[in-house]
Amino acid sequence: MLSLLADFIGELRAAGIPVSMSEHVDAARACEVIDLADRGSLRTALAATLVKDGGHLPAFDAAFEVFFALREPPAPAEGEAGAELSGAPGAGEGPGPGAGAGGGGALSAAEIAEMIFRALRDRDAGALRQGAGEAVSRYAGLEPGRPVGGTYYLYRTLRSLELEALAERLRESLGAEGTALGARLAEDEVAARLDGLRREVERVIRERLVADRGSAALAKSVRKPLPEDVEVMHATREEMAQLERALRPLSRKLAVRLARRRRRRKRGPVDLRHTVRRSLSTGGVPLELRFKPPRPAKPEIFVVADVSGSVASFARFTLHLVHAISSQFSKVRSFVFVDGLDEVTHLFEGVEDPAEAVARINAEADVIAFDGHSDYGRALSAFHERYARDLTTRSTVLILGDGRNNYHETHAEVVADLRRRAKAVYWLNPEPAAYWNSGDSVIAHYGAHCDRVVECRTLRQLEAFVGELA
Amino acid sequence: MSLDPRAEVAERLGLAEVPPPRFASPDEVRERLAKSDYLSDAAIASTTFLADRLAKPVLVEGPAGTGKTALAKAVAEAVGARLVRLQCYEGLDESKALYEWNYRKQLLRIQAGRTESGGAEEWRALEEDIFAEEFMLTRPLLEAITAEDPVVLLIDEVDRVELETEALLLEVLSEYQVSIPELGTVRARQIPMVFLTSNNTRELSEALKRRCLYLYVGYPSIERERDIILARVPGVSGALATRIAQVVRSLRELDLKKAPSVSETLDWARTLVVLGREEIGDEEAAATLHILLKYQSDIERATKELLGGRARA
Repeated sequence: MLSLLADFIGELRAAGIPVSMSEHVDAARACEVIDLADRGSLRTALAATLVKDGGHLPAFDAAFEVFFALREPPAPAEGEAGAELSGAPGAGEGPGPGAGAGGGGALSAAEIAEMIFRALRDRDAGALRQGAGEAVSRYAGLEPGRPVGGTYYLYRTLRSLELEALAERLRESLGAEGTALGARLAEDEVAARLDGLRREVERVIRERLVADRGSAALAKSVRKPLPEDVEVMHATREEMAQLERALRPLSRKLAVRLARRRRRRKRGPVDLRHTVRRSLSTGGVPLELRFKPPRPAKPEIFVVADVSGSVASFARFTLHLVHAISSQFSKVRSFVFVDGLDEVTHLFEGVEDPAEAVARINAEADVIAFDGHSDYGRALSAFHERYARDLTTRSTVLILGDGRNNYHETHAEVVADLRRRAKAVYWLNPEPAAYWNSGDSVIAHYGAHCDRVVECRTLRQLEAFVGELA
Repeated sequence: MSLDPRAEVAERLGLAEVPPPRFASPDEVRERLAKSDYLSDAAIASTTFLADRLAKPVLVEGPAGTGKTALAKAVAEAVGARLVRLQCYEGLDESKALYEWNYRKQLLRIQAGRTESGGAEEWRALEEDIFAEEFMLTRPLLEAITAEDPVVLLIDEVDRVELETEALLLEVLSEYQVSIPELGTVRARQIPMVFLTSNNTRELSEALKRRCLYLYVGYPSIERERDIILARVPGVSGALATRIAQVVRSLRELDLKKAPSVSETLDWARTLVVLGREEIGDEEAAATLHILLKYQSDIERATKELLGGRARA
C-alpha cells in the first residue's frame, strides 16, 4: 500500500497538484485507520489529506480512478469481460473469470439496448454496470497495447448505443407531463440518467485499459491539466466549459486581492486635522501622528483585442477579467477588431455581469471591413487615427492577439506612436513563445515598440499579468 | 509510523491518558449526525471520522448555503460538546481572536493598591498580580483551548481574515496551544475537534491548508437533497420533496449568477408547505421562484428556460 501511495502521489504531482511531505504522511496515517476495502472511504481519505483546493478535485479523481480502478472487487460481469482481452494482465483478478457462462459478447445488439434501457428506467445500478460492460465488449473495439486515453473508445461505444433513440424511449416511459415545467424536468431527468450511462461506460473502459497497460502508463494518457493551466488557444470544448466556470471565481478572487492590497498600501501624508484632534486627549501634545489614507492614482486601461476565430476565446477571457476588476481602474475602454475596428465600451456599461457583455460583442460589434482575416496593420492604424488623441500619460494600452497578420502590412510605426503618448503599451500573446515570429507571425515588429510582450497561454498567466496591472 | 496520532497529540499536550476516539466508524458518524438532523454523505462522514482519528482540523469549503457551518453545529451536538465559534471578518486581530488584557480591571486593581503605602516590593507583587488569568478576557480561540468540558471549535469564514492574521491560527491548529508572553504556553486539556469554513473568496495560505484535512461540500445529489428536505421541513410529502429536488437540480444546471443553495431550497419547501401546495405546476413555480433566486436576471432566465417563457404571474 505504501509504495502504491507513493506512486499515486507522484502522479498527482505530475498533474500539477502540490503535495507536501507532511500531507503524504497524513495520507499514510489515514490509510491505517480506514477500511481499505471500501473504495469510497479510501477515496475520501486520500482526497481529504492530499488535495487542498476544490479546483484540483477533477484532476485527483482522474488519477484516483486509474490507480485504484482494480481495487474494487469486480462484479461478475466485469470478470467475464476482462477475460475477453486475451492475455490482459489483471484479468485474473476477477472472482473466476467467465463464471457466469453465456455472458460476454453473446448478447445481440438489441439485447444490449434492451438491458441498458431497463437498467436506466428502473435505475438499477447493477444492471447498468453489466449492460455497460457488454456494450464496451461489443462496440468499443479495444486494441490492447495502444497508448490511448480511451476517449475514442467511449465515443465509439456511445455512438453504437444510439443515445437519441434511447432518450426517446426513456422519455416515453417516464410519462408525458402537461406543464412546461414538467416537460423540462422530465427532459433533465433523462439527461441525468444518460449521463449516468456515459460515466459507467467510461469507467468500464478505464478499468479495461488499466488491466491492459497498467496504472502508471494510463495515468499519463488521461492526465487532466488543472483549469488554470489549460492552454486557452488549444482547449477542447469540454476544457473550454471548464475555463468559463473557472473564470468567475478567479476574477472575484483577483478583485478581492487587489482591493485589499490597495487598502493596505503604505500610508499617505500626515493628516494635520486628525492629528490635532487626537492630541486633545493628551493635553495638546501630538503623541500620535495620523495619516491620510493613501489614494494611489488608478490607471486608465485601453484594451484593443483581436477577436478573429483563432484568438477569440482568449480575447473574451481577457475582456471579462479586465472588466470584472474595473473598479481598480479609473476607466476601461474596450475595442475589438478583425480587419476593422469598433469600440465596445458601451456594451459593458450598466451590465452587472461582464460575461453578458462579452457574449454580445460577437453579435453587435462591427469588426469586419474587408475579408474577415486579421489585419493588425489596418486595425491598429484605425485605432491610432480615431482614438490616439484620447491617450494620456495615465493610460495603459493592452493589445491582445497572436500577431499573425496574414502577410498584410504591419504598420508598426503606429504602435511606436501609441507608446509615446501612453504610459505603457503591453502586448498579450496567447501563443507559446516558441511559435512567435514563425509563419505569418510578426510579433517581433510590434514587440520592438511595446514595453513588454507577455505570453498568456493560460488563465494563470493571464491572471498574474492583470493582477500586476492594477 | 505505528504510533497513533491521537496518542502523539495527547503526549504533547501532557494529557494523563489518551482520550478515546469519538466515533467507531464513518457509518457511526453518519448515524449520529442524522440524529441531529444533519444528513451527511460518504465524504462528509469519512472526513469527520478521520478528523477525530488523526486529531486534525478540517477545512470545509464549498458554495454558500450548503451546510458547512451546520456541519460543525451538528457534530457538536452529536458528540455532546459545546460549540465555540469564532466568526472571522476583515480586521480580526489577536485581541478579538485569542485574548486581551482587561486593562480597566487592571487599572482598578492598581488604584486600589495605591492607598496602601507603596514600595518597590509591593509593586512587584502587584505586577505579578495584574498579569494573572483573572485579568484576562478570553476570546474564542483561547476559550476553546482552556475549556474543561468537551468543545468543538468552529472558525467560520476563515477566508475573510488577512493573510497575516491567518498566522495567528497556526499554533492553535497544529499544536492545540496558545503562547501568551506574560503567562507562558497554555495547552489544551483535551483534543478538540476543529472546523474551519471558507467561501473561497481568496486563496488560503499553504501553511494553513497543510495543517488541515480538506473537505469540499458541493450541492447535494438529488436523492440526498430530497432526504434533507424531508428531514428538515415538517409536513412535506415525499412526492413534493422529490419534485422540489428536481426543480432545484434543473436550476443548478442553468448558468446562473447565483445557483440556489440548500438553505434556499429549504425556504422554498417551507413556503410551498405553508401555501398548502401539493405539487408544483408552472403557476406555483413562477410565483415563488424569487425565493430560490436572488437576481432579477436569474429569475428571468429561469422563467424562460424552465417555464417556456411565461411571464411571471
